[in-house]
Amino acid sequence: MSAEKKVAAYICKGCGLGERLDADALVNVAQKEGKVQLARSHDLLCSAEGVDLIKNDVANEGVTHIMIGACSRRAKTEAFYFPQNAVARANLREGVIWIRPDTEEARETTQEMAEDYIRMGCAEVKAMSAPAGNPNTGSARTLLVVGGGVSGMTAALEASRTGYPVVLVEKSGQLGGWAAKLWKRIPVHEPFKAPAGTGVADLVAQIQADPNIKVYLNATVTKTDGAPGRFEVQIATESGSVATEDIGAIIQATGSEPYDANKLPELGYGKSPDVVDQAGLEALARAANGGPILKPSDGKPVRSVAFVQCAGQRDADGQHLPYCSGYCCNASIKQAMYFKDGNPDIDTTILFTDLRTPGNGEDFYRSAQEKGVIFSKGKVASVSPGAGALTVNFHDLILDDKDAKLEVDLVVLATGQVPNSGVDIEALSKPPVEGEGGEATVEAKPISILNLQYRQGPDVPQLKWGFTDSHFICFPYETRRTGIYTVGPVRRPMDMAQAREDATGATLKAIQAIENAQLGRAAHPRSGDLSFPKVRLEGCTQCKRCTVECPFGAIDEDEKRFPLFNESRCRRCGTCMGACPVRVISFENYSVDTVGSQIKAVDIPDEFSEKPRILILACENDAYPALDMAGMQHNEYSAFVRIVPIRCLGSVNTIWITDALNAGYDGVMLMGCKHGENYQCHFVKGSELGRYRLSKIDDTLKNLNLETDRVRDLEVAITDIEHVPAMINQYAERIVEMGMSPFKSF
Amino acid sequence: MTAIVATNETILVVGGGISGMTAALEAAETGKQVVLLEKTAALGGRTSQLYRYFPKMCHPVCGLEINLRRLKSNPRIKVLTLAEVTGIAGSSGDYTATVRITPRYVNENCTACGECAKAVSTLVDDQFNYKLGKTKAAYLPNAMAYPQRYVLDPSIIGTAEAEKAKAACKYGAIDLGQKEEIVQIKAGAVVWATGWQPYDAAKIQPYGYGRFKNVITSVEFERLADPHGPTGGKLLRPSDGKEAKNVAFIQCAGSRDENHLRHCSRFCCMASLKQTHYVRERFPEDGKSTIYYIDIRAIDRFEDFYQKVKADSSVTFTKSKVARISLNEANGNPICHGVNTEGYHRYANEHDLVVLAVGMEPSVKGMNIPASVVADSSGFIEADPANGGIFGAGCATNALDVNRSVQSATAAALRAVQVVNKVARAEA
Repeated sequence: MSAEKKVAAYICKGCGLGERLDADALVNVAQKEGKVQLARSHDLLCSAEGVDLIKNDVANEGVTHIMIGACSRRAKTEAFYFPQNAVARANLREGVIWIRPDTEEARETTQEMAEDYIRMGCAEVKAMSAPAGNPNTGSARTLLVVGGGVSGMTAALEASRTGYPVVLVEKSGQLGGWAAKLWKRIPVHEPFKAPAGTGVADLVAQIQADPNIKVYLNATVTKTDGAPGRFEVQIATESGSVATEDIGAIIQATGSEPYDANKLPELGYGKSPDVVDQAGLEALARAANGGPILKPSDGKPVRSVAFVQCAGQRDADGQHLPYCSGYCCNASIKQAMYFKDGNPDIDTTILFTDLRTPGNGEDFYRSAQEKGVIFSKGKVASVSPGAGALTVNFHDLILDDKDAKLEVDLVVLATGQVPNSGVDIEALSKPPVEGEGGEATVEAKPISILNLQYRQGPDVPQLKWGFTDSHFICFPYETRRTGIYTVGPVRRPMDMAQAREDATGATLKAIQAIENAQLGRAAHPRSGDLSFPKVRLEGCTQCKRCTVECPFGAIDEDEKRFPLFNESRCRRCGTCMGACPVRVISFENYSVDTVGSQIKAVDIPDEFSEKPRILILACENDAYPALDMAGMQHNEYSAFVRIVPIRCLGSVNTIWITDALNAGYDGVMLMGCKHGENYQCHFVKGSELGRYRLSKIDDTLKNLNLETDRVRDLEVAITDIEHVPAMINQYAERIVEMGMSPFKSF
Repeated sequence: MTAIVATNETILVVGGGISGMTAALEAAETGKQVVLLEKTAALGGRTSQLYRYFPKMCHPVCGLEINLRRLKSNPRIKVLTLAEVTGIAGSSGDYTATVRITPRYVNENCTACGECAKAVSTLVDDQFNYKLGKTKAAYLPNAMAYPQRYVLDPSIIGTAEAEKAKAACKYGAIDLGQKEEIVQIKAGAVVWATGWQPYDAAKIQPYGYGRFKNVITSVEFERLADPHGPTGGKLLRPSDGKEAKNVAFIQCAGSRDENHLRHCSRFCCMASLKQTHYVRERFPEDGKSTIYYIDIRAIDRFEDFYQKVKADSSVTFTKSKVARISLNEANGNPICHGVNTEGYHRYANEHDLVVLAVGMEPSVKGMNIPASVVADSSGFIEADPANGGIFGAGCATNALDVNRSVQSATAAALRAVQVVNKVARAEA
């Protein structure tokens, strides 16, 4: 911003602020201590008249920086919308008058609280500038789709239909993936009664006819460099040729493989050719081409068949897959119909523990029952090949008969899906365990899919069981690699219908990433944020903490081993800023200084005042809204706290804490989201990394000769509306017990 | 008069639950203009009425906060609440929707200061709590409400109570003269994300919902468990306020049943498994849960959640479709009668509270949409070229959980973007 910096402070007197607080004194504080060039109060700042006052000052008085002392930054966002300016909000309503009793004796401390928030707001806004946007944008608009199965083909076609060119890379010699090997598919339209055509040939034909889609067959991605909007991707084909494509965003649709049935010898696989997996049965059905399905052993028509559900799945013993693949019940029903639709006399039995046919799958299930398919609740123990027939030994759960037997010609094992997710980068980064027989404990797949030239490894991080899902419930598409979206069964077990829906959604996200990269904007969850991390390399000590900690793999190292920021990969959580021991990383609107100067702006009464000061650094996603809603419900808490919203616990630089303690704060409370397996951090690893860093603060406290309880790390959820005030009040009491900080007089 | 700037490059999203919000945000963040309509007074939909989500046991309002922040910082989305579509005319790339806006009696001057609520004494049913509690007739729909603006219940309009509310407002925010409005909104594409409603449990006659106070639905149980619900998060049963420590969960209440809903509603097994956590959370010593089920459908990655609940000794699984519920008149306990099909044992089990895992019914059945849209016989919108530029999203298309609804909504957003991009290309 070229215009000269001019800071103005506006104090609202509406919603009781005028009655509960001395607004003139607040204006005075803004002018004298906040040192703003212009300070005004208004009866109702969010009214059209109040907003016009601010707009007028921007237009005619050259105001560039706006400090609004009114309600919470979560309220009245439409009225106080000034995207061209740096804006700070001092929360006088939800953060002061609504959490304090309206009594004469509380008046003084309430006013002090408000004055501090004005000082903090002025200090913050002065340290900010309106983000101008990241100049390091990319304009590549082509979408790379890795994987030519149904998910990949769907993504390619949808992107093309939206007006974006596509490069589709398929490792085999033809498109279609697993679906091309199916005889028929589970129906997706009413009446959901019979298997339907796969539609794969039609998808392949559409791809081939689309001039917007460039297909590489027998090809792999050998190198992915860059960032959203400017990926440079090398594609090598079997013939030895290597092509380079400029790519805007990437969809990884590398699918799954059936769980290896050879691991199930007790179910007869490998012992008899008449024990097949679901893929094997599809091959038999295709070979039969509508005629009778023949036994692999002797080529005679199958007269009876048993389907073993959950073969090698839902295994609590840790030997096989712990999860359910979701689609196999419907797939077995479909396969039973291959037999029944051809010849109703063939005995078809599905042995299951829980039959899982969600949604309209229920109609399909009912149709199978009508066609005479037998469903039997039982757990299969073994399959023994005998002369001319197979014996399925199972525990009949309805009759509680542990020795139930079924003689059949053919057994089909429903073995489920194993994702093709490439290299497990977290296993890579773990040090090898010595001893232990030398065998790798993790079955790490050595072949990378994307070959990302990222500091943090060549593939998308996996969350659980090899799936690349981030597993946000509300935000299922957010991987930890910006601009790279995984779809289909590589992300989560799923059937074809779901994979197509999934691919369509991911295509939107990829297109969005392309558009954002072009404008230098952040992706979820700080969508549209134009700020980005800036680094003063001359101060950098090459400690690499930022490159290691970035949850999104945004930071590489250059040839001189300095951090190299890829802004379009960045999600603006500020974890790098929190990690940096020499504090050279900042955002235009969020920095060590914007927070640090707020901490320093607070007036610290002397140690005899009986007015302790407690700093709260509260995550803006969960803790801050909880505090806000506590205010809306008029839940009172101590007047001695000063709350600063932070982007994520991961962004907390320990200098803030040491500065606060050195300045004479009596305690510091950190409020962040849950971490670990069921993490709730919107930056996935931010709160975990922040906590790890803060776990070392005890040493600092000991060096300062302070009690370790001077800093408290708390897990706060957004629903803790009643708990948060209690946490604060308990801590305020604890401070009284400990006594005032000895650092006040320094 | 409500003024909306919309063109045939605008995307109209109908329904402000998680699916509609997602579709609107994803389209807007791709650079499109969006009008988002919600029939109630605040965004958030049914997910905002849940206490926790499976399988992470996290809080739905956490994601709502992020979505609201995305919305507040995005000028491309115009939100209209208390708005319902009554007709859609035109074709793909060129629709005009007729929208009825019911009066809120509170305008945009409202600061949510709460003075009107203090002035009013009339209580009305709290819709956010499924009428399990009461709220003032001048109310903020919920703590997270967006728009953050109060509402006057229409029942007090024309009474002295409304005048009291008006007098209490210093900012001229209460406008008792507001009238129903009909507005026309142009759009190139429409995303229909009207969500679902719990199947009417009273129709499952043998279960006694409506007759027995201690037979409630799974969505009501969420409100009881929520610390911000009518009981402050205590699991108190409706008949006598006694702690419900022995809770039965009846699966497929209305679902998988030709007499009610033919389909499996998909989310109910996981919801009940999740709700057993509420019982244990409140009564770690002596809480007991019993799940009566046909099949436990903890599909795909949710299996380990099921296994953990199964390993919990306070939870019993009984494979049975409960035949009927009777009442122990002496203590108000419901008694579940049926046969455990694993071994064919008859049972008559008494519980403190019965929770019916009610099925999911599309809110506005596809065939009732004021436009020609292909729906299946259950009322879910099917993906069909005949729908033109109207796309279903979320539970309007299928029985889905939150994760899958968001996927579906994101996909619907893309389909809508394809239409308006085509319009833009034609006009360029």
